[in-house]
Amino acid sequence: MIIDHPLLGPRDSAEFTYMGDARLIDRPDPDGADAAAAFFDYAYLRDNPAGWHRELWFHEAGDRSWLVVTRNTLTHEISKVELAREVARAKGRSK
Amino acid sequence: MRYSGFRVIKEALSGHKGWTPAWRDPEPSEHYDIVIIGGGGHGLATAHYLAKEFGQSRIAVIEKGWIGGGNVGRNTTIVRSNYLLDGNEPFYEMSLKLWEGLEQDLNYNAMVSQRGILNLIHSDGQRDAFTRRGNAMILNGADADMLSTADIKKRYPFLNTDDARFPIKGGLAQHRGGTVRHDAVAWGYARSADSRGVDIIQNCEVTGFRIENGVCKGVETSRGFISAGKVGCAVAGNSSRLMSKANMRLPIESHVLQAFVSEGLKPVLPGVITFGAGHFYCSQSDKGGLVFGGDIDGYNSYAQRGNMPVVEDVCEGAMAIFPMLGRARLLRMWGGIMDMSMDGSPIIDTTHIDGLYFNGGWCYGGFKATPASGMSFAHLLAKGEPHPNAAAYRFDRFEKGLMIDEKGMGNQPNLH
Repeated sequence: MIIDHPLLGPRDSAEFTYMGDARLIDRPDPDGADAAAAFFDYAYLRDNPAGWHRELWFHEAGDRSWLVVTRNTLTHEISKVELAREVARAKGRSK
Repeated sequence: MRYSGFRVIKEALSGHKGWTPAWRDPEPSEHYDIVIIGGGGHGLATAHYLAKEFGQSRIAVIEKGWIGGGNVGRNTTIVRSNYLLDGNEPFYEMSLKLWEGLEQDLNYNAMVSQRGILNLIHSDGQRDAFTRRGNAMILNGADADMLSTADIKKRYPFLNTDDARFPIKGGLAQHRGGTVRHDAVAWGYARSADSRGVDIIQNCEVTGFRIENGVCKGVETSRGFISAGKVGCAVAGNSSRLMSKANMRLPIESHVLQAFVSEGLKPVLPGVITFGAGHFYCSQSDKGGLVFGGDIDGYNSYAQRGNMPVVEDVCEGAMAIFPMLGRARLLRMWGGIMDMSMDGSPIIDTTHIDGLYFNGGWCYGGFKATPASGMSFAHLLAKGEPHPNAAAYRFDRFEKGLMIDEKGMGNQPNLH
């Protein structure tokens, strides 16, 4: 698979480490009332869809950026690559 | 029809006109006491043990394609019980014991071959870890044998024990491990279950569950509604897809695992060997092909095919330990879809929906577990409580911190 890095252009997926569902960006509030249940869900449960999946790839052997890759798990086709930093900021995260 | 050597000779002399189909192709009935979703090794084994060991009747196995078309047809055929942890080892040893009696139990030649499995040791730390593992195996009634370099040289003279990049310093052998003809496992269980009245319904895809007031009443299928007292799901690889129809999210990711077969060679490899300095394992099939594999690709996939980086990694492992393999041509390679669970161990449990039972999360160890999985799932379905050897395979172990993490990798499914 070739991942079209937003800053570096097309890179071999072998340079990256796969880090799972992009929902892991949304870490639950540890002070929330339902924190235990929310963290159980966060840590262990996955949608695991057959089809389009937004997922985290860490450019470990590259610029060490984290990407959100939208990829089809049935065909391995990649439709969109974003910087995870920008995805998190768009959700109102500060850094 | 009972199979025997006498029968083969008799049929050979009469033009092979007496053979009958090994199982029926029935139309689905309106109601079954137990419906098992998934006509793979685990589903068919469950049906066999339900009928034979637990005296259940009115059972159906429903399969979206043809039986044995999933992971029981897409593995590297290795059976072993060399696990470390208490939650696992008694279960896998039960499985190995069931493999040992399988052909007599099923009256079917599954080519069970206890040719032995050898895990190579390349460092002192690895020797300590394998010594501990061997002791855990022995404590659970399995066999384990620490081999010296000289022992290994005698059994496998082609291994470089002198000046390899990763020197071979010994090995943990399980002589009762080996290989089994994978398709024959599915066919043997299917034939046996069918002969005990189980309906095996192929080309019948489950499209949904009928759940009323928290009770599962049956399954909607491409061939109509089938009412059921109990529904058992055994579709590892696609567990998340199926259980999402019951609005369940699982502690599972689906990943692709590749495997490879070389062209047929004369006998070179008597047993199963695993490389300890990388992830590579190899055996030789009775047809002569070297069957080998390594790591999963490491990203979510339902594609049943992988990518080149893992092919390269596996071949590097092969060349490190069997340089002779570089001269053999690759005949086939394929991918299978694994239920990778959050701790690397499976789940055999009830669900929060009455009458709906789950069997999955087999990671890439499902084939060797087939008989024990079937026995344990049948126990759970028939008696409503887990088999003692599978009692740790619960859904709530993640919530309660009772993980069975054989590799100590945590909730990172692609590292198990």
